[in-house]
Amino acid sequence: MMMTADQTKKPLLEVQNLKQHFPIKGGILGRTVNHVKAVDDVSFTIFEGETLSIVGESGCGKSTTGRAILRLDEPTSGSVFFEGKDLLAMSKSQMRSMRKDLQVIFQDPFASLNPRQSVAQILGEALAIQNIVPANQRRERIIELLSHVGLRPDQIDRFPHEFSGGQRQRIGIARALAMQPKLIICDEAVSALDVSIQAQVLNLLKSLQKEFKLTYLFISHDLGVVRHISDRVMVMYLGKVVEIADKKSLFDSPQHPYTQALLSAIPVPDVSKKQERIILRGDVPSPINPPQGCRFHTRCPLAVERCKTEVPALTNVHSTHQVACHLVP
Amino acid sequence: MPGQQEKILDVRNLQTHFFTDDGVSKAVDGVDFSLNKGETLGLVGESGCGKSITSLSILRLIASPPGKIVGGEILFKGQDLIAKSEAEMRKIRGNEISMIFQEPMTSLNPVYTVGEQIAEVLRLHQNMGRKEAWEKAVDMLRLVGIPSPEKRATQEPHELSGGMRQRVMIAMALACRPEILIADEPTTALDVTIQAQILELMKKLQAEMGMSIIMITHDLGVVAETCDRVAVMYAGKVVEYTTAKNLFENPKHPYTIGLMNSLPRLDEDVEELVAIKGNVPSPFNMPTGCRFAPRCPHATELCHSKLPELLTSDDGSKVRCWMYTPEWDGASKTATEMGV
Repeated sequence: MMMTADQTKKPLLEVQNLKQHFPIKGGILGRTVNHVKAVDDVSFTIFEGETLSIVGESGCGKSTTGRAILRLDEPTSGSVFFEGKDLLAMSKSQMRSMRKDLQVIFQDPFASLNPRQSVAQILGEALAIQNIVPANQRRERIIELLSHVGLRPDQIDRFPHEFSGGQRQRIGIARALAMQPKLIICDEAVSALDVSIQAQVLNLLKSLQKEFKLTYLFISHDLGVVRHISDRVMVMYLGKVVEIADKKSLFDSPQHPYTQALLSAIPVPDVSKKQERIILRGDVPSPINPPQGCRFHTRCPLAVERCKTEVPALTNVHSTHQVACHLVP
Repeated sequence: MPGQQEKILDVRNLQTHFFTDDGVSKAVDGVDFSLNKGETLGLVGESGCGKSITSLSILRLIASPPGKIVGGEILFKGQDLIAKSEAEMRKIRGNEISMIFQEPMTSLNPVYTVGEQIAEVLRLHQNMGRKEAWEKAVDMLRLVGIPSPEKRATQEPHELSGGMRQRVMIAMALACRPEILIADEPTTALDVTIQAQILELMKKLQAEMGMSIIMITHDLGVVAETCDRVAVMYAGKVVEYTTAKNLFENPKHPYTIGLMNSLPRLDEDVEELVAIKGNVPSPFNMPTGCRFAPRCPHATELCHSKLPELLTSDDGSKVRCWMYTPEWDGASKTATEMGV
C-alpha cells in the first residue's frame, strides 16, 4: 500500500500505523494526565537482506520504534508483520520464540553485558534459552561465533571489563548472531565508539550481513555512518516519518525541509567544501503537545498557513522516495 | 602565518602524569603547541589521547594527587602558568582563560538560577555590585541568542533545553571577556541542528570579541568547520601539528591518514572503510618506540625501537614520524631485507 519499491524484493518486516504513546501520570490519584506521543502513526517496510536506517535527533522516536517492534515496550496500537505474522497479536511465549529471529545490538556495550558473566556464559546463556545448539556442542559454537566477530578463542573465559569498547561491541554482535537471526536491530550500535574502532565494527557488520544474509534495521543519529551502511533511509521528526527513500535519492536530492537542514548542519571534514548551511531556529518542540499540522512547521523556514493546520501525508516523489511535506508536489 | 602574529599561549613539552596504585599513567607526555591571538586551534584525537588532560593542565585543574604536571612550560602572555600560585591561578581562571565543557547540565549548578550563576562570575572577577552584575548577566544571555533573556535569567538549568544550557555556559565563560576560551567537546552532546547553531554562535562571538579558542574535539568535521590550526594527538603526544588546510589536503602522519580513512563520509561513498587495526595502547604501558607503531601499516624496526621527534616538514607542518626523516630510506631498506 505504502511502499511501491522494487517488486522483486520480499518484505521481511512490515510496520503499519505503529503508535507508542507513553502515559504521564500526575496528581494525587496518579491518573493519566497526558501522553508523550513518542511514535505517532509510523508505517514502513524492510525488505529481506537490506539495511534500512532510521535517522533523526534526540526524541524523534527512532529508538522507541525499534523497541516497539521487539515489544520491549508494548506499543499502543498498530501492527508489525514479520514474515507475514503479526508480532503484536502474539502471546508472550510465542513472542519469545520469535525473538531468536529478531535480535538487537545496543549502544552501550558495557551496560548491555552482565559484568559478572564471562563471554562463554553470556553467549552460552543465549544459546541455552533458545535451545538451538545441544549443550555439549555449545562451547564449540561459541568459539566459532567469536571467530566470526574477530575475537580469539582464548578470550572465551574473559569478563567484559577485560575488553576494550570495540571488543565489547563485538561480544554484543556475537550474542545477536548466536541466534542465527533474520533481522538485527542495531540501536546506535557504533555511536559510543571512537572513529577508528567504529570503522572496524561497521566493516564487521557489513561483512556479516553478506555472509549470513542478514537484514538490518539501523538506528543512528550519525548521517555519515548511515550513508555508509544503508540501502534505504527513513528520517523521523517528533514521532513522525518525514521522508523515506533509497540512500542515493535521499542524500543526492533530499526533499523535506527538515532533511535538507539536517544534512546541511553536519560539518564536513573537508576545508575546501564550504557549504551553504541552513540553520534551524529554536529547539525541537515537546512530544507531549506536538505542534498541530506538520510537526516541523514551528522551525521550518518555508512553512505556509496550510502547514499549521493540516498534517501532510507521505506521498511519492518517485517509486522509491516518499516525503511528507505540503510544499513538495 | 605563525611568527607575525601575537602568540598568546605557548605550551612546551607539557607532561602530566597520574601516579596511581597500578603504576604511572603518562596521560600527557610531551605536548607542544602555541595559540595566536584571535585564532582557533583544534586539539584532536580519540578517547584517552590526552586532549582533555592537556586543557585541564593549562588551567591547572588536575586533581593532585594522583595527577601532577611533571614537566614542561605553559607560557600565557610570556608567564609560566605552572609556576603560579593557586591564588594567582584563581584570578586567571574564568577571567582571562575560561572553559566550557561537553555536558552543560553537570557544569551548571542545579539549584541556582542561570542569571545568578553568570552574575557570580562578574561579581567575583570584576568586583561588580549585585544589580550591575545581574544586568550584565542578562546582557550576556541576550548576546548568546537566548530569547527573552530577562525571563530566562530567573530560571534554573533544568528548565532549559540542552542547546540553551550550552548557550548559558558560553555566556558564563565569556562574561569577563577572556583572552582564551577552551571549549572541551562543546557540541558533542548536542543534536546536529543545535550543534550548527552553537558553532555559528561561537564564530560570531569570536569575531566580535577577538578571543582565541582551543577547540577540543574528536570530530574532524567540527575541526574543518572551525579551526585555523590543528594539533592531532595520539597516546599523550602531538603527532601532527599544522594548518587545518594542510591537515585535510595533505595529511602526513599515518594516524591522521588512518583517522580520515575510517570516517564514514557524507559526501562520498566507499564500499569498505579503511579501519586502523588494533587498539590504543594502555597509558600505563606505552610502546617504547613510536606509540602508533603497533597499529601503523608502515612501521619498521626503527619505529618500534626509537621514538621520532616532532619535526617540521617541507610545507611547514610538523609531524612525528620516521617516514619524513632522512633515516627512513635506510630503515625501510633494512626492513625489506629482513622481509618485513
